[in-house]
Amino acid sequence: MTTTLIRGGRIIDPSQSIDRVGNLLLRDGRIVGIDTGTAVADQVIDASGKIVCPGLIDAHVALREPGNEEDETTVTGTAAALAGGFTSIACLPDTNPAIDNRGAAEFVYLMAGRARNCNVFPLGAVTKGNKGEELAEIGQLVEGGAVALTDGKRPIANAEIMWRALEYARMFDTPVFNMPQVPELVAKGVMHEGFNSTLLGLTGIPSAAENIMVSRDIALAARTEGRLHLMCVSTSVSIDLIRRARERGVAVSCDVTPHHIALTDDALKTFDPNFKVDPPLRPQGHVNAMIEGLKDGTIDVISADHQPWAVEKKTCELDYAPFGIVGLETLLPICIQTLIEPEHLTWLELLAKLTTGPAKLLGIQKGTLSPGADADVTIIDPDVEWTIDPEKFRSKSRNTPFAGRTVRGRAEKVLVGGEVRYSLG
Amino acid sequence: MTDDNGDAGTFAERWSRKHLLGLQDLTAEEITLILDQAAEFKRLAGEGETKLSGLAGTTVANLFFEPSTRTRTSFSLAAKRLSADTVDFTAASSSLTKGETFIDTARNIEAMGVDQVVVRHSSSGAPHLLAQHLDASVINAGDGMHEHPTQALLDLFTIREHRGSLKGLTVTLVGDILHSRVARSNIWGLTKLGARVIVCGPSTLIPPHVERLGEHGVEVSNSLDEVLSETDVINLLRIQFERQRSAFFPSIREYAHFFGMNGERIRKAKKDVLILAPGPINRGVELTPDVADGPHSVILDQVTNGLLVRMSVLFLLQQYREKTAGLQTAANTEGSL
Repeated sequence: MTTTLIRGGRIIDPSQSIDRVGNLLLRDGRIVGIDTGTAVADQVIDASGKIVCPGLIDAHVALREPGNEEDETTVTGTAAALAGGFTSIACLPDTNPAIDNRGAAEFVYLMAGRARNCNVFPLGAVTKGNKGEELAEIGQLVEGGAVALTDGKRPIANAEIMWRALEYARMFDTPVFNMPQVPELVAKGVMHEGFNSTLLGLTGIPSAAENIMVSRDIALAARTEGRLHLMCVSTSVSIDLIRRARERGVAVSCDVTPHHIALTDDALKTFDPNFKVDPPLRPQGHVNAMIEGLKDGTIDVISADHQPWAVEKKTCELDYAPFGIVGLETLLPICIQTLIEPEHLTWLELLAKLTTGPAKLLGIQKGTLSPGADADVTIIDPDVEWTIDPEKFRSKSRNTPFAGRTVRGRAEKVLVGGEVRYSLG
Repeated sequence: MTDDNGDAGTFAERWSRKHLLGLQDLTAEEITLILDQAAEFKRLAGEGETKLSGLAGTTVANLFFEPSTRTRTSFSLAAKRLSADTVDFTAASSSLTKGETFIDTARNIEAMGVDQVVVRHSSSGAPHLLAQHLDASVINAGDGMHEHPTQALLDLFTIREHRGSLKGLTVTLVGDILHSRVARSNIWGLTKLGARVIVCGPSTLIPPHVERLGEHGVEVSNSLDEVLSETDVINLLRIQFERQRSAFFPSIREYAHFFGMNGERIRKAKKDVLILAPGPINRGVELTPDVADGPHSVILDQVTNGLLVRMSVLFLLQQYREKTAGLQTAANTEGSL
C-alpha cells in the first residue's frame, strides 16, 4: 500500500462544493478523503499556500497523431497537458487517417498508455474520414472507447447527417460535438466580419455563420432528443440561443476558449497568424456575452481548443496560415487573468468548468476528489508570476498569441492515478 | 546623368520612415512631403533632368507574387531613373505551392544585397510580415484588399496638380469598395489631406462600417446619379473579377447601368469634374471610351505621375537608410573609443 498526503493546501473540489484548507490523502492510486486524520504517509507533499483540486480536463484537444506528427504527437501533447495542469484530455478525431473506426479509437489508448503522461480519451468521428458524407461506425467507436463523437474542426454541414447522428448516437447516450459554422458563409474568411475586417482588407466571417448553425443544431437536438455539444461558441447570439434552449429543456451544452475571452479582433491589426483562430476573435461585446454565459452557467465547459501547427505552417501570410493556436499550457493563467482577477468567477466556479463540466460532458469518472475516485490531482500555485515563453513549451508547436505576456498562477505538481507525473521546475 | 538633385535634400531631411506599408500610418505632413518631392522630380524632368543619381549604388528588388504589369513597370522605371540596379522576381501567389515560403524567398533575394524591396501580394498584411523579417526597406505595392499606397499617392498628386489642393474637394470612389486596396489607401490619403470622400457602389460591394474609415469618416451612397452633382473628382475603381468568388451583382450590364461612367452622366456632373481610374480599365464597364478618352479624364496623367511618386518614395526611403546607417556607424565608432 502506497499513501500520499497532500498537506495544508486550499482544497477546491467543485464536485463536492468544497473550498477549504485541509489535508488530502491518497492510497494506491485512489482518493481516500479529506482530513481523514492520518498523519503519516509514505510521501508527504506540502501544499500550503497552494490550491489542490481535481486534475483538469480538456474536452477537445488536437494531438495530430497519426498523420501530422510534425505538429504534435501523443507524447508531446500529453506532456503539454500535464504542464498545463490537465490529467485527462479527449482528443479530436480529425487526424490522418481519421479516428473513424474501432481500431483507431483503441490506437489512441495504446499510444496514451505508452506515453504515460495524462489520461487520453478518444473522440470518434461522426462521419467516415470526417468527410461529412456518411456516418462512421458510431457503435463500434463507442465500444472501442470513444467518449463522444465529432468531426473535429470541420462543421457537420449537412443537416440530414447531423439529424441522423444525433438520433443514432442517442442509443449509446453519446454526445455529438459540432463546430457551429456554416461553411459557405465562412468560405475564405480569415477574421470576424466587422469594422476591423474592413479596415485591414481581410475577408470577414460573419457572426451569422455561427448563429445559423447553432440555431439549426438546437432545432435538431430538440427534434431527436440527442445530446448536442457546441464547441468554441463565440457570438452573443449563440449564447442567447443556447441559454433559451436549455431553459426549454433541450440537451445542449457548449464550451468557450480562453483566447475568445482574453482577446478581441483588434489583435488582427498586427497581421500575426497567431491571432487567426476558428471561430474568429470577436469584438468586446461578444466577449462580454461569453463572460455572462460563464457566470450564469450557460457555458459549463472551458476548452483550450489546442491546435498545434508546426512553425513552417503557421509562420506565413495570414490568408494561407491554418486556423488555431496551442493552448494547453496557457489556459490556466489566462483564465486566472481574465476570469478570476476581474472577479467574474470564483475559483470554485472556474474549476467546475475545467473538472466537473467536461467530466459530465464526456461521461467519464473523473474530475472529483470524492473518496474512491482516481487520484488525479493538480496542485496550483495561484500567485507565482511568470512570462509565457513558447520556447519552453512541452508541446511540439509554438503557435501561441500569448508569447511574452506576464501572467500569474500555474500548475506546480500534477498527479495521475496517485503518481506525480509533473513537477514545475 | 547628373549629381544635381535640386532641393531634394531638404525633403529627405524631414522624412523618418524605413518602410512604406500604407497611408493609414502616415501623417498629412508626410504625405505632402512625398508629393512635394515628386513635384520636384517633375520639375527636374521638365528641365530635361530625367536621369538622376539618388539611388546610385543601391539595388531595388521587385517581388511580385501577383500578376501586375503597370505597377511593376512603374517601380522598375522609377528605380532606374534614380540610377538603382533593379531585380524583378515574379512568382505564383501561393508560396506554399512552390515549396519555398514567402519569407524564405524574400530573404534569399535580400541576401543578394538588396536595399529596398517592392512587394505585391494577394494576401493582406504580407508586406508587414516581410518588414518584420528583412533589414531592407519594404514598399507595399498592393497587399490583398488592404492598401496600395503608391496608387493613392499618384491619385492625390494628380488631383493636387489639377486643383492646387485637396482641401474641401468632394471625391467619390465608385465601384468595388469591398475588395479594393486602392479605395482603402485613397480614403486614408484623401481624408488626411482634407477632402470629403463618398464611397459609391452596389450594397454587396460596400464593406461593413466603411463609414468609420479614414481620418473623419466617409459617406456611403448606392446611387451614382445622386452624388454626381456634388462631386469634384470621380475615381472609378476596377471591377475585380479575379477577387470575386461569387456573384456580388447580377450582371456586368446591370453594373454598368447603375455605376458606369458615360457621356450622359458627364453632362450631369460638375463642369470641371475630374475622372480618375486606377486601371487597367474595363472599357464599357467602369467607364465608356468617350469618357476614358474625353476632356475630363486624367487617366494618362495618373500613369505619368505614378512614376514620379514612386521615384519620390524610393528616394526618401533610401535617404533615410543612409541617414540611419550613418548614425549607426557614428555610434559604433563612439563606442569603440
